[in-house]
Amino acid sequence: MASAAEIARQGRRDEIRSRWLLSAPALIIIFAAAIGPLFVMLLYSFMVRGDYGDVKFWQFSLDGWFSVLFERDIFDDTLQLADAHLSIVWRSIRLSFITTVFTLALGFPTAYFIATRPRHTREIWVFLVTIPFWTNLLIRTFAMQQVIRNEGILNSLLRFSGIIDEPLQIMHTDWAILFGMIYIYLPLMVLPLYASMEKLDFRLIEAGYDLYAGRMRVLRRIIIPLVSPGIIAGSILVFIPSLGAYVIPRVLGGGKNMMLGNLIELQFGAGRNWPLGAALSITLMVLVMLALLVYVRNASRSGVQHG
Amino acid sequence: MARHFDIRAQPGFRIAALFTFVALYLPIVTLVAYAFNADDSVTTWGGFSLRWFADAWGNVAVQDAAWRSLIIAVWAAAIATTAATMAALATTRTGPYRGLAFKYAFINQPLMVPEIVTAVALLIVFSQVKVWTGYSGLGYLILAHSAFCIPFAYLPIRARLESMDLTLERAAADLYATPWVTFRRVTLPLLRPGIIAGFMLAFVISLDDVVITEFVKSGGQDTLPTYMLGQLRRTVTPEVNAIATAFLALSVVLVTIFFFVNRRKT
Repeated sequence: MASAAEIARQGRRDEIRSRWLLSAPALIIIFAAAIGPLFVMLLYSFMVRGDYGDVKFWQFSLDGWFSVLFERDIFDDTLQLADAHLSIVWRSIRLSFITTVFTLALGFPTAYFIATRPRHTREIWVFLVTIPFWTNLLIRTFAMQQVIRNEGILNSLLRFSGIIDEPLQIMHTDWAILFGMIYIYLPLMVLPLYASMEKLDFRLIEAGYDLYAGRMRVLRRIIIPLVSPGIIAGSILVFIPSLGAYVIPRVLGGGKNMMLGNLIELQFGAGRNWPLGAALSITLMVLVMLALLVYVRNASRSGVQHG
Repeated sequence: MARHFDIRAQPGFRIAALFTFVALYLPIVTLVAYAFNADDSVTTWGGFSLRWFADAWGNVAVQDAAWRSLIIAVWAAAIATTAATMAALATTRTGPYRGLAFKYAFINQPLMVPEIVTAVALLIVFSQVKVWTGYSGLGYLILAHSAFCIPFAYLPIRARLESMDLTLERAAADLYATPWVTFRRVTLPLLRPGIIAGFMLAFVISLDDVVITEFVKSGGQDTLPTYMLGQLRRTVTPEVNAIATAFLALSVVLVTIFFFVNRRKT
C-alpha cells in the first residue's frame, strides 16, 4: 500500500505535468515563430553566402562574422576595417544614447508634473501620455515627417517668426531620426518615471526645505535618488527599442542615414549577404541583452521588483 | 513674506511638461488636419473636404489591406489569448516548481528581442518552409503575430489570476463540482475581465505591426501598415493622411475602452 507521503508526491508530479501540458501551446507557438528561427539564424551566420541571396547549405565559413568587422580590398586583397558597418553601429549607439538623454530631460519634469497634480486629475494626464503610446508607430513617424520637412509646420513657424530665412533641411539627416525617436519613445520614459514618482513621499522633501536646502539641492539630493529606479527603467525602455529602430530611420533618415536595423535589412535585400545579415542581427541582439543585463543588475541591487 | 511656499514645485518643470504634451499631440493633430485638406498636397491648405476619405474608402488596395489586417488581428489575438490564458493558469497560484522561471523567460522572450531581428529570422525560416511546402497563405503571418502577441495577452490575464480569490474555487470543489465544472462556472467568469483586456491588447499589437509583417508577408499580402509604408516612398497625397486618421480613430477608441474597463475593475 502506498503511504500518504507517496500519494502526495504522486499528486504533485501529476500537477506539474498538467501545468506543463497547459503551457505547451504558448511555448510551442513562441518556439516556432520566435525562438526557433533565432537558432536557425545563428546557424545561417556560419554558412557560405549564396550567389542570389540565401546561403549554400551545409558549407560552413566564418565570412559572415568576419565581414561584420573587416572587408577585403577589391584590388590587392588586403584586409581593412569595414568602416561603413562600424560607423553605422556607432551611429545606432550614439543616436540611441542621445535619444535617451533627451527623453529623460523632457520626461522627468513631465512625470513630476503629473505626480504633483491632484489625485483625480492624474489619471487623465497619464491617459494623455498613453494614447500616443498605443497609436501606430508608423503613423506617428509619418506625422513627425509632416512636421519637420521643408514645407512642414516647424519650418513655417521658424520662418514666420523670422529666425531663419531658408527652410532648415531636417529630413534625411541624423536630426530627423533623433526628432522621430525622441517623439516616439517619450511615453516609454514618462510612464515608468511616473510610476516611481507617484510613490514619492513629499514629507521627505518638506524635511529637506526645513533643513534649509534650496530647490536645486532638494531635486539633486532627495528627488533624484528616490526615483532612480524609474530613471533606470525608463532609460532602458527607451534605449533598447532605439537601438533596434528600423521604421523611423527608414522613413525619416532616407537611404543614407542607416541604423543597424536598416543595415540588416540591406543584407537580406540588395546586399544579398544573408550570413552577414544574420551575424549583424545577432550582434544587435547581444547589444540589447547587455543593456538588459545592466538593468537587471541595477534593479536587483536597489532592491526593486521587476517591472 | 506671506506668500505660500509650494514644496512640490520645481522651477521650469511645468513649462517643460506642457511643452511635452504639446509636442506629443502637435504632429498627430497636423496629420489629422491635412486628411481633411481639399488640396492635392499635404503642404498647402485648400479648404475643408472629405474627398480623401472617399478616395481611400473606394480604393480596392486599401480595402484589401484593411480586411487582411482585421483577419490577421482577430485570428492572432484569439490564438494568443487562448494560449496565454492556459499558460497563465499553468504559471500562477502555485509554489515555485522546476521550469517555472524557464516558462516566464520563454513567454516574455518576444519582448526582449528587437523586432527587426525576429523579422529577418522569420524571413529565413519561412522562405525555406514556403519552398518546401508550396503553401504561402496568411498562416505564416497569423503564426508570427500570435507569437509576439502572447506576452501582451499574458500580462493582464496573469495579473487578474493572481489577484483572484481562491476560496470560491475551493467552495465549488467542496460542493462536488468536477474540476472542469469549477473552471467553466467559477474560474472562467472571474477571469473574464483579464481575458478581455488581454485580447484587446493582443488585437491592437497585431493591428499595429509593421516590421515583422513586412518581412514575413508573401507578394500581395499587404496589411494596412505595410501598405502605408509602401505609399510613403512615393509622393504622398492626403489619402495616406485619411487612412492614417481612420486607423488612429480606431486605436484611440480601443485604448479608451481598455482604459475605462480597467479603471472600473479597480
